Amino acid sequence: MPIDYIPRTRELYRDYAHYRWVVNEAIPWTPLTKPIARCKLALMTSGGILYRDQPRFHREDASYRRIPKDAQPPDLYVWHFGYPTADAEADANCVFPLERMRELEAARVIGELSDPAFSFMGGIYSARKVREELAPKIVGELRSANVEAFYLVPA
Amino acid sequence: MTSALDITRAVKPPRAVFVNFPLGHQTGKPHQPELQRQIVRDAMRAFETITRPGEIVELPYVWDPNDRTWEETDYTAGFMPARPAREAADQTEAARIAKYRQR
Repeated sequence: MPIDYIPRTRELYRDYAHYRWVVNEAIPWTPLTKPIARCKLALMTSGGILYRDQPRFHREDASYRRIPKDAQPPDLYVWHFGYPTADAEADANCVFPLERMRELEAARVIGELSDPAFSFMGGIYSARKVREELAPKIVGELRSANVEAFYLVPA
Repeated sequence: MTSALDITRAVKPPRAVFVNFPLGHQTGKPHQPELQRQIVRDAMRAFETITRPGEIVELPYVWDPNDRTWEETDYTAGFMPARPAREAADQTEAARIAKYRQR
């Protein structure tokens, strides 16, 4: 059975103030007007992936990192406080399947993998901060690169 | 992708794909590229098969058919390994940065 994480989060943080979960009513929707095999797609993760000497994240960090499309496994690191990161450290593809997306581009399953990919650290208490600071910057990056679809992998 | 169905049902992104794996493994297990490929291919397929806004596709992958204890402990007290001491973490961080700045 899939886990209900909301009650588990409440229990884990029961010594903290009650958290108001985001509940949306409207569902944003842009139809796909051509096959994904002809789309330019961006990969992103909230798993806290870093490239080479990029600075680590900290709690409530609304910054993001640009990860070069051709980044190799030895140059990928992880900083996240909200999930056990050992497996992602061993193989970033667990939360940031960059190698797999490069393969899909080569196999023409997607039209083009956008460069760079993006990483941020999803352990941000403030939904307002995500909505007003982080998300608009990511959207700006995607628009600048003429990205047609994005694939977000959470931790 | 989504790693928490209940949260995603509340947030309502336009499209989502769910794999019932422990947190930190939404696109597979370490050093298992074929499993990773299957998950990611299924996710790409969902771009075209999801036609109803808010639809969440649940993929059939099973973490371990012989052991489901992770479902009892994921995101509960004690599920996170002990964090390194601040000084040790800072040293690891400094070493990582120095490794690249020396080049």
